[in-house]
Amino acid sequence: MAGRNETSSVRKAKHGKALTVFFVLLSLLWISPLFIVLLNSFKRKAYIFKNPFGISNVSIFTSFERWRAGISKTFIGLTNYGNAIEKTNFFQSFGNSLFITVASVALIILCCSMCAWFIVRVKNKVTSVIYVLCLFSMIVPFQMVMFTLSKLANMLHLSNPVGIVIVYLGFGAGLAVFMFTGFVKDIPLEIEEAAMIDGCSPLQTFFSVVLPIMKPTVITVAILDAMWIWNDYLLPYLVLNINKYKTIPIAVQFLQQSHGQIDWGAMMAALVLAIVPIIIFYIAVQKYIIEGVVAGAVKG
Amino acid sequence: MSKNYRKYWPIFVLPTMAAFALGFVIPFLYGIFLSFCKFTTVTDWKWIGFQNYSRILFVNGKLDTTFLHSIWYTCIFTIITVIIINVVSFAIALALTKGIKGTNLFRTSFFLPNLIGGIVLSYVWLMIFNSVLSRYSMTIVSSEWSAFIGLVIVVSWQQIGYMMIIYIAGLQNIPGDLLEAARIDGANSRQLLRSIIIPMLRPTITVCTFLTLTNGFKLFDQNLALTGGKPGGMSELLALNIYNTMYGKTGWQGVGQAKAVIFFIMVAIIALIQNKLTTRKEVER
Repeated sequence: MAGRNETSSVRKAKHGKALTVFFVLLSLLWISPLFIVLLNSFKRKAYIFKNPFGISNVSIFTSFERWRAGISKTFIGLTNYGNAIEKTNFFQSFGNSLFITVASVALIILCCSMCAWFIVRVKNKVTSVIYVLCLFSMIVPFQMVMFTLSKLANMLHLSNPVGIVIVYLGFGAGLAVFMFTGFVKDIPLEIEEAAMIDGCSPLQTFFSVVLPIMKPTVITVAILDAMWIWNDYLLPYLVLNINKYKTIPIAVQFLQQSHGQIDWGAMMAALVLAIVPIIIFYIAVQKYIIEGVVAGAVKG
Repeated sequence: MSKNYRKYWPIFVLPTMAAFALGFVIPFLYGIFLSFCKFTTVTDWKWIGFQNYSRILFVNGKLDTTFLHSIWYTCIFTIITVIIINVVSFAIALALTKGIKGTNLFRTSFFLPNLIGGIVLSYVWLMIFNSVLSRYSMTIVSSEWSAFIGLVIVVSWQQIGYMMIIYIAGLQNIPGDLLEAARIDGANSRQLLRSIIIPMLRPTITVCTFLTLTNGFKLFDQNLALTGGKPGGMSELLALNIYNTMYGKTGWQGVGQAKAVIFFIMVAIIALIQNKLTTRKEVER
């Protein structure tokens, strides 16, 4: 009996090792496209397509000297990065993306948590209509409203990074209000009643008692909306005054549009510049991102 | 208590609802209205009834199949990505909940593509596809099916990590003693999967299926950046077809808006089916 248990656990350990090796290879393969882009971002334009996966256009087996000469011919250092930064106006685009994302997420969280708390605590016909409308808005695809929304935003002079924040609040309100109401329903009334008896106004009650309890949902909404807004292309493309303000996805897409053909050297560098901040952010707050995605899926 | 709150509505509800009206309610209602009008901008509309809707299918009395083609293309694309993404992410999630070494690191790298937006991701893959295909003097848009395969690869690569995270959470919610009891009763791992894990995971499977379904149906960024609808609009998914109708040729804005209404109805039907399925499951439990 003891012997049989031993063999099975040995087999299990071997099994586990094989699985680990398999997953090491698979996960490396999984992110290899990003490394290929990084490698090519240092290459001369002409060599990106000729030899995308290697470092020299001459095989090491033909002649070591020629292989080495091939390497120095293939790579041009940081030239592509200079081009990319210039062509995409990278720092300005990055600043626009950052401002729009942070401001929109902050505004969505503040306004929608307040709204959600109110419509749960004050039950009447109007608040239930608001709730149903929010649910409804979640199933409407952007194409349905893109024309009218962008024209309306232009008419109201919202075609700038500050104005688009209001558009994001409006278009993102449905999901955020829905998620916050789901949470507020589970908050026991006693806590708020105690605060009211202590003389808190509804505003004080909300900010000192309710909002701190809502922290998990705040994080979930922040993560989901930040992922959406940072990467969003069509809404800012249609709403913003594109000649003046670009976000990172728009700047990358414009590398193609400006002259029909793509400057692949600049494109590779631009992609690296676009991806690196995301990876840094991901490593910094990975735990919250994963929790946010799970919570968002269960409720949404 | 509710009475004390009520007069505070301008602070609590008004900002969100003003923006919501501007960002959603008015554009939505006006969008439905405009689908019955001829217009080039929002102020020069002229009521024409159902003409936009008939122009989706019939141009000068001839059948125009571009929209039908893109519906069909979108449906096949969606079905295939739903299957690939869910099967692969479920398999990875199963393996990564077995407690092998380095699970967290694997999870991190599988999830990473999801954080990178569709436009940026598509150019990453466009370079890889075209550099490989150039050896056979092809590009990713050589035919509608090479474009199709390219889109499937990019979208699967992007979404598998996301669904994997949700499946892992679902798998971790299955009580351990249930699995233990089945193992003591002599169930092998295949029986375990079929009789316990999959039935217990049904709500998660429903969520992931519908997430991938709507993602596939609404796909836009990857389509625009990777194929741009080439060759000749043959790789246009619905969202891009609507966009190109609306902004591609003047005089067709109304038709684009009418297509958008139909698109909305299709997405709404999917959402309603999902809602039916999930609420019925909850009653059963």
